[in-house]
Amino acid sequence: MTQSRLHINGKIHDLDVEPDTPLLWVIRDTLGFTGTKFGCGMSLCGACTVHVDGEAVRSCVTPISSVFNRAIITIEGLSSNNAHPVLQAWISEQVPQCGFCQSGQIMSAAALLTQNPNPSDADIDNAMAGNICRCGTYQRIRKAIKKAATQLAKTD
Amino acid sequence: MSMPTNASGVSRREFLKITSGLVLGLQLPGCGGNNSAETLITNELTRTQAYPAAGLFFPNAFLRISSDNSIVFQIACSEMGQDVITSLSMLVAEELNVKLAAVTPEFAPAHASFENPKSGRQTTGGSNSIRGFYEPLRKAGATARQMLLQAAANTWDVDVDSCYAENGVVIHTKTGKKLQYGELVDVAGKLSVPDKIKLKSPAQFYIIGTAQNRLDTVQKVNGSAIYGLDVNVPGLLVATVLRCPVFGGKVKSVDASEAKQLKGVRDVVQIDSGIAVVADNYWTARKAHERIKVEWDEGQNAKLSSATIREQMIQAIDDGKIVREEGDVKQTLPLAAQTLEAVYETPYLAHACMEPMNCTAHVQKDRCDIWVSTQSQESTQKTGAKISGLSKKQVFVHTTFLGGGFGRRGEQDFVADAVQLSMFMKAPVKSIWSREDDIQHDFYRPATYNKLSAGIDSDGKLTTWKHAIAGDSILTRVVPFGGLLFSKDPTSIEGADNLPYQIPNQKISYARVEAGIPVGFWRSVGNSQNAYITECFIDEVAALAGKDPVAFRQNLLGKQSRYQAVLKLAAEKADWGGTLPAKHYQGVALVKSFDSYVAQIAEISIQPKTLRVLVHKVICVVDCGIVINPNAVEAQMESGIVFGLSAALDGNISINNGRVEQTNFNDYPVLRMPEMPEIEVHIIKSAEPPGGVGEVGTPPIAPAVANAVFAATGKPVRQLPIRLS
Repeated sequence: MTQSRLHINGKIHDLDVEPDTPLLWVIRDTLGFTGTKFGCGMSLCGACTVHVDGEAVRSCVTPISSVFNRAIITIEGLSSNNAHPVLQAWISEQVPQCGFCQSGQIMSAAALLTQNPNPSDADIDNAMAGNICRCGTYQRIRKAIKKAATQLAKTD
Repeated sequence: MSMPTNASGVSRREFLKITSGLVLGLQLPGCGGNNSAETLITNELTRTQAYPAAGLFFPNAFLRISSDNSIVFQIACSEMGQDVITSLSMLVAEELNVKLAAVTPEFAPAHASFENPKSGRQTTGGSNSIRGFYEPLRKAGATARQMLLQAAANTWDVDVDSCYAENGVVIHTKTGKKLQYGELVDVAGKLSVPDKIKLKSPAQFYIIGTAQNRLDTVQKVNGSAIYGLDVNVPGLLVATVLRCPVFGGKVKSVDASEAKQLKGVRDVVQIDSGIAVVADNYWTARKAHERIKVEWDEGQNAKLSSATIREQMIQAIDDGKIVREEGDVKQTLPLAAQTLEAVYETPYLAHACMEPMNCTAHVQKDRCDIWVSTQSQESTQKTGAKISGLSKKQVFVHTTFLGGGFGRRGEQDFVADAVQLSMFMKAPVKSIWSREDDIQHDFYRPATYNKLSAGIDSDGKLTTWKHAIAGDSILTRVVPFGGLLFSKDPTSIEGADNLPYQIPNQKISYARVEAGIPVGFWRSVGNSQNAYITECFIDEVAALAGKDPVAFRQNLLGKQSRYQAVLKLAAEKADWGGTLPAKHYQGVALVKSFDSYVAQIAEISIQPKTLRVLVHKVICVVDCGIVINPNAVEAQMESGIVFGLSAALDGNISINNGRVEQTNFNDYPVLRMPEMPEIEVHIIKSAEPPGGVGEVGTPPIAPAVANAVFAATGKPVRQLPIRLS
């Protein structure tokens, strides 16, 4: 067991967990943030995507020891009042169906827009190719990302 | 009111704020109090005369209206993406004369009152939700409205016909006097339920048919929606199960001593499905698997492979049972001007729902609680009762949101795991499947082998059609002796024995093969493979006759106006026969399933080096009768298309040495963003009774794409997934 300090959604958590434990299971089982989903366990589906120092990472293959003292944001920490432009775009494009993959999709999209405020279709393909949606909401996701980009450009 | 209660990092107060009023969720034991849905409904259904609760009007099992004007509505179906919560809520809101936002949906407990009238079961499947509940839920709403109107009339001592209801208020026309529904609940609660219920005519609808946003979107974008995987109760243990990789295999010997020593492991238990590690959390349980030494008795399926199963189907196919016969195939086929023969094959397919299978159960002395993302509350309750030995009434099913269903979540294997483990551990246990468990221990869409023959006359008209099917039967698995009980097995022949085309001589046969692979319902069931086979073979016959595929179909459809209309509109919208970008090709398919008519036209190109098929655009025209929520219909067409497209391009479960060769999304790939086509949905206006929506988008896409490939290459695609290299 290792005494480990995690910065999650702006709060500090000191935890005793095995250093090889994936961040996903610390977030879900230890801390109880269930918005981040388990989908494949092998970085293949993107349902577990969170931000570490602003980058989209797959928490299911990220050992907890690699993120000590780094800023982790989960879907719960992205926006306290649903006001984040990506969330708003997702709502207005009516993206989710079953919804299970959408936390991961949104975290990937939010990271993309931070790094690339005006992504092309190819940029969206590249950034989102790691996130699977079995309900087939990709067309709406693409529209929502573009809408959020427009919104972000206005507010900047 | 029930709230999703979770020991999450989100406080209850924050949770209330972010879920912004929508109450959809879990009823935890002891948290619901006397107002829990299950208590209320149990009370209501057992009440004889006196009304049990003041300040609450309970006109039927679906609705309870409180003195604070809140209207809680029991959603009898499972929400797996198809947006039943909105569509069903629209039905009651319409007849209640309230705004949609005034209705608070809540997932219903397991109870006979919530059986779908169409299937007679509390199971969500077969695209039955709207078809089954369209009238009953309108009646539920209209009953409440009539009783509230009567309550107001009695209060004012006026004739009920002089009152009307609008936006949750009863108004007396002459005097303008008003009473809110909430003010009428005590009076209404004492009235007897009227015998005659008058439903609105479609011309009076102000909600049904309007485009409504989903009621669960906010929860699903901010991470607060609770799925089975997210359930948490005090003292919860987590289990993972090591299963024999060979279907039907058993444990021969096991040494779990090392696994038990791992910190956080509570026990290692043998249950029906394998060896379960019960631990404090998922990761510990999973890690403990590596420490278990197990020897399996692989049983009779140890040598099973895709090749041996194929051979079994080839051996069986000529001895199938005739399921449809028209005219005389035997006599007319040799007389045809031209004939064509083909073999079509489809593989086993997994469902691969985004949410891996899971279930939480807590069996106690006098009750069993099951929290689960299930398509069948009824089956879950039965499973709980059977394993725990409790009565069905003592089994409480708490339905969560489903992270996909597609037919997989009507099964009970994952429920059984949790119930058995909770009994053993005497604690609440959540059993979680890995993605590998999910891919390798599914109930697969059956693999099939098909022999087709067709004959055309000298005018190129299709006169004779013969289709022999061989494959495993879902029906026989779920209903033992189903083959004897049913003269036809729809799960195997639907989409093949009901072609819309007027062909005078037809013979369809089905040979059941018992391969040893568990098979199950997969979005659109038999239609999904049979539509591919028949609609592709139709294109082959059209080519033989030298006819255009759309014109060839139109000619065979005669006066069946609903088929003709969807096909015609699809051809127009796709500019069928018009100019396409260089090296782009179109393919068409037309399928009726679950009472809905769908035509799709896919536009594709073939990547020069990889020979990978790229689908650029899909035009989808649907006639699903009366539309409740056009937004939901559009979303379901998109969803059904992508689901079918994943299967057509890549879906393949292969068997070797009795085990599934695929493991995860790396070797069981599904469609991703870069290959997503543009989808354009057109809905035909109709006054016909509602048809299904959740599955009907799936069957036409594989043949539409395969027919486009046929147009591109001149070579028919007779096997899925589509492979050109």
